[in-house]
Amino acid sequence: MTRDNSYAAVLGRKNEIMKRALGIDFDDFIQSPIAFDYERMMRETGYSHEDIVRIQTDSKVGNTPLFELKNLTEAVRKVSAPGMGATILVKDEAANASGSFKARRASISAFEAQKKGFAGLIAATSGNYGAAVASQAAMRGLQCIILQEVFDSRDICQPEIVEKSRACEAYGAEVLRLSVGPELFYMALRTLEETGFFNASLYTPFGIRGVETLGVEVAEQVRARFGKDPDAVVITHAGGGNVTGTARGLLLAGCAQTRIVACSVDLGGLHMASDTDFNKKSFTTGHTGFGVPFATWPDRVDVPRNAARSLRYMDEYQLVTQGEVFYVTELLTKLEGLERGPAGNTSLTAAVTLARQMDRDQIVVVQETEYTGAGKHHNRQLSFARENGIEIRVGDPSGNVPGKTLVLPERLDQVRGKVQDMDRLRLSYLKNAAKAHPVDQWNENDYAFVAADIKSEEAWVKLAVSNLENK
Amino acid sequence: MSVPKGSWVEIEAVLLKPEERAPNLPPDTAKVPYLLKVSGFLTEDSELGQTTAVRTLIGHEYRGLLKIVNPSYAHSFGATVPELLGIGRRGKA
Ligand SMILES: Cc1ncc(COP(=O)(O)O)c(C=O)c1O
Repeated sequence: MTRDNSYAAVLGRKNEIMKRALGIDFDDFIQSPIAFDYERMMRETGYSHEDIVRIQTDSKVGNTPLFELKNLTEAVRKVSAPGMGATILVKDEAANASGSFKARRASISAFEAQKKGFAGLIAATSGNYGAAVASQAAMRGLQCIILQEVFDSRDICQPEIVEKSRACEAYGAEVLRLSVGPELFYMALRTLEETGFFNASLYTPFGIRGVETLGVEVAEQVRARFGKDPDAVVITHAGGGNVTGTARGLLLAGCAQTRIVACSVDLGGLHMASDTDFNKKSFTTGHTGFGVPFATWPDRVDVPRNAARSLRYMDEYQLVTQGEVFYVTELLTKLEGLERGPAGNTSLTAAVTLARQMDRDQIVVVQETEYTGAGKHHNRQLSFARENGIEIRVGDPSGNVPGKTLVLPERLDQVRGKVQDMDRLRLSYLKNAAKAHPVDQWNENDYAFVAADIKSEEAWVKLAVSNLENK
Repeated sequence: MSVPKGSWVEIEAVLLKPEERAPNLPPDTAKVPYLLKVSGFLTEDSELGQTTAVRTLIGHEYRGLLKIVNPSYAHSFGATVPELLGIGRRGKA
């Protein structure tokens, strides 16, 4: 028998493929087209926090160092008002096996896949997560397939993703390299169906629970060294798992007052599914092309309900430009003797802005770094931009136009970032929720779910949706 | 060019023709086919540019056009971008 592998037929088999490839019955948690029992789903992964710590310790993940960036903090204080300039700390997540915090996510999925007797794991991801899954699969003797979006129709590959292909193959994975398009998901479903492998999706409870240890470690390390909780933790945001898991870990450790600041690189104006825009980006993750859609509607992924729900946790969402991140990356190298990759340094860039607005005795934590190297390095991303016709110059970063002009700041005080309006993001979430489930059919449970999902009050939600309806 | 069985190669296959692709794509993406590239060991003696099959590192078989023999990673740090060199220099006035 041959299967119908047309696009429509494969997507039509989505639910049965996903159910078999995860062993989680989402129907058990789902309450309506929008509401589900999120906390029970997170609890019933079958792992306690202690289990997760033990699994990660066994798989070369976690317990990464927390460094104080004294020279960068000093430089920020020089351009801050008197008494201002918080201490900047960074958690060196590049020290995890495979070089990023994504190992925390992959470690629990790989453990679960092995426990359930799957022969292998599959993940559709062009970023660090692929290398993380491949590395965890390697140490457990499991097979691994990584699907990546790599090249455009001119056959030009984004250098950072080429490095990810290399890393995955180095760990013994089969790498399926695909051209530009959202059909990555289609091909992932086909591959899951054909192989019977475990779906190591980025968005399962296993993955997100795995990131909680990062938040707990931040809390413990800051307390041990400074005798208090961090005032703010800055977290690079793409799909939202980094924010969700870290914030949950901070809350688990009792950091109820810590400000959760999400941060993405602003790629406004570039279309994520466009073949021509694909290689005009100098960032492959941690940018608004993922960050905004995922924050304002998490349930757009390869599992029926997404465990990564960043609006539930964030207090603030900062945007930075590509040029600002490359500038701060170079500063980190030159001032701190630490050469690290772009996605991690996105939150470092926002932290520079925040630190200037905070008191000297406060603490801002950048909760990750990632490795850097050929393809990923900021010099390569800039030279690639130049090859693709992007203008690069030094000046005021307000001149950045994604896909056209990339401006490296001249001075640290020009690193300013920009905040997003949280209520606009919440309204955008509500519009998406209303599309998924017409508001006249919402019951009290739906309102309560939505309010919690956007860290708001039910009264605010009710007023906001009635305003939407009246438009 | 004839390539012996067992060689490490890259093949390319069309997964979806333009008319078979996902709905609602931007026009530039919708007009090109959706392609797969994968590396593996050739399962038979084959000609460059002809249809053949490979077995991947984990033993799966894929069919496609034989494109590259001994595919390699040549990504780099890129041509120096002088604009970066001015950032964070010590002893600069
Ligand atoms: C190093 C690094 N930081 C941050 C992110 C963003 O994480 P998330 O997708 O969970 O928001 C990613 C992933 O895309 C990453 O690889």
